Amino acid sequence: MYAQMIESEVECEDPQKLKEFQNRIDAGDKIEPQDWMPNGYRKTLIRQIGQHAHSEIVGQLPEGNWITRAPTLERKAILLAKVQDEAGHGLYLYCAAETLGVSRDELTEMLLDERMKYSSIFNYPTLTWADMGAIGWLVDGAAIMNQVPLQRTSYGPYARAMIRICKEESFHQRQGFDIMIKMAKGSAEQKHMAQDALNRFWYPALMMFGPSDTDSVHSVQSMAWKIKMNTNDELRQKFVDQTAPQADLLGLTIPDANLEWDEHKGGYNFTEPDWSEFYAVINGNGPCNVERLAARKKAWEDGQWVRDGLLANAEKHAAKIPVAAE
Amino acid sequence: MTSPLIQKEAIEKLPSRNEWPLWEVFVRGQNGVSHRHFGSLHAPDADAAIRNARDVYTRRNEGVSIWVVEAKNIAASSPSAKGPLYDPAASKVYRHPTFFNIPDDAGPM
Amino acid sequence: MAQEPAYFEFLCRMGDNALVLGHRLSEWCGHAPALEEDIALANTGLDLIGEAQLWLGLASDVEDRGRTADDLAMGRDVWDFRNHLLTEQPNGDFGQTMMRQYLFDAWHVCLLDALCDSSQAHTAEIAAKTVKEARYHLTRSRSIVIGLGDGTSESHRRMQTALDRLFPYVGEFFETDSIDRAMTASRIAPDPNSLKDPYLETIRSTFLDATLCVPEQEFYLSGGKTGRQHSEHLGHLLTQMQWLQRAYPEASW
Repeated sequence: MYAQMIESEVECEDPQKLKEFQNRIDAGDKIEPQDWMPNGYRKTLIRQIGQHAHSEIVGQLPEGNWITRAPTLERKAILLAKVQDEAGHGLYLYCAAETLGVSRDELTEMLLDERMKYSSIFNYPTLTWADMGAIGWLVDGAAIMNQVPLQRTSYGPYARAMIRICKEESFHQRQGFDIMIKMAKGSAEQKHMAQDALNRFWYPALMMFGPSDTDSVHSVQSMAWKIKMNTNDELRQKFVDQTAPQADLLGLTIPDANLEWDEHKGGYNFTEPDWSEFYAVINGNGPCNVERLAARKKAWEDGQWVRDGLLANAEKHAAKIPVAAE
Repeated sequence: MTSPLIQKEAIEKLPSRNEWPLWEVFVRGQNGVSHRHFGSLHAPDADAAIRNARDVYTRRNEGVSIWVVEAKNIAASSPSAKGPLYDPAASKVYRHPTFFNIPDDAGPM
Repeated sequence: MAQEPAYFEFLCRMGDNALVLGHRLSEWCGHAPALEEDIALANTGLDLIGEAQLWLGLASDVEDRGRTADDLAMGRDVWDFRNHLLTEQPNGDFGQTMMRQYLFDAWHVCLLDALCDSSQAHTAEIAAKTVKEARYHLTRSRSIVIGLGDGTSESHRRMQTALDRLFPYVGEFFETDSIDRAMTASRIAPDPNSLKDPYLETIRSTFLDATLCVPEQEFYLSGGKTGRQHSEHLGHLLTQMQWLQRAYPEASW
């Protein structure tokens, strides 16, 4: 999902070294920053972790849109804490990417000049309070599905970041579902908001896993390197299987007439999302792409004087510290 | 100077930028154990790094004490020396208490 | 007790300051100059929103008319809000936000310290809990004000602008009215004016380190804590904050 459209980079490397590297991964070894690694592994990881980090940061915006309008003081605090966590997750992930030799500022610039992407889901608008519920329930639910297996990814710093993130993330999905329960069991208007939120976020949530990749060479390579743990279709199926009964519990209807339990395959049959919409959103033409990027650019540009100012002050003081030895 | 915690092949490609330095954060948990590496962050100086660590890494009551060290100041053992550094210890089985067979009647030991 | 309406008023002042400033800080979430600052601002915001819940919760107990803390936050209009004008000022740039925060934190710590000895146990308890948070806020905002004041020429200029813009709101902290006199008389809270000298001493030393000039002026703006005359900004803040509750008054969230 955050690794929605990652193609692994394959380059010519010393076959002996490659073989030893693959053996280490197959044996369940963790690769650490100082270890030898194929250039393709490093580059794919930078793109994948970077894209994941960007998604966390841009992902602050749709929910941030409702912090100032949260209906109660407690909801306001919970949402603020939740969106703050997203910033923390972005921070952990940027740090993991930095161990691969790319700086956080460099990654940020690549996001802002659109050389790097972020998850398509965050280009959809949040229109009612129920969207806070739907995002926690569906979007965080989908994210967790991808992130839990990534705790076992082969790259040590990435795996450790994912462990920390997963530990914090379980609160996110639960707070979302808690909002959905309140809304779905609330007044007629609240129930309407809840159903409307599900209608709008269902297919975008399914898109989070990316298009079918069973035949993709890149996915095969990424899976061999254990930086991708499941196929997109596996995860999507798992997500639908988990979510459909929850919708029933809420008394809401998933907007898919073809959704039905298939005894034979032991999972639900469902309608694929409209992939042309997905490509349009990924390529910059979603409902909120312009706003999201503009908000990140503004934060970055407006913050430059602050980052420079604090650094200049630190440098002045470093220069002033007396040397102990005469 | 660059941190030894960063991928070597990539180092020369790092442009020099006006970026807040990277700090490694060590936190002592509630239960009195040693400081443990928690992660990293950026900060203009050590004081700010400690404050940022407090805000970033102890939001859920994780710690009671924080150390920070600028990443470039960490010296690390070389991965290519892994064999000579760590394998020799594997053969010194007599360093472990379970190596010795002590009769049960000898009491706690 | 005789001071109940005054005590309620006092608690609303405490709660509304925390609420309005916490709300302002929450506006930054996702937009700060660096991830670390984004997270730190949210932490301060969360502390303040939590503090608002405590004061307004106590206010609702004291009032005893069935209004909850949420009712007070979401159901009163501008004229019933009792926060200082400083807290409702817009965020402006990051410098203005941190200057507002520092000016507030320095006062907040002085006041909460004194409230730890309040004759009212509940007030003393809330003060004892929140003064720890406020001390950390002060450490943080002070460092940033100094760092940016004595940073680059641009950051210095922006911080001086922020100080000049916000300093006129400081005087309201020390204004004393009949509510304050009732609180002082029953030893619930200190006389606001008694905090003035220590406060000014604290901020002067910070601004010296920050290479910023404290404006020499006696003039100040007030009307927030009495509700007599808020700025135009508060109405817009409440419009957002209270919208859902007002649009769907029957709903529970």
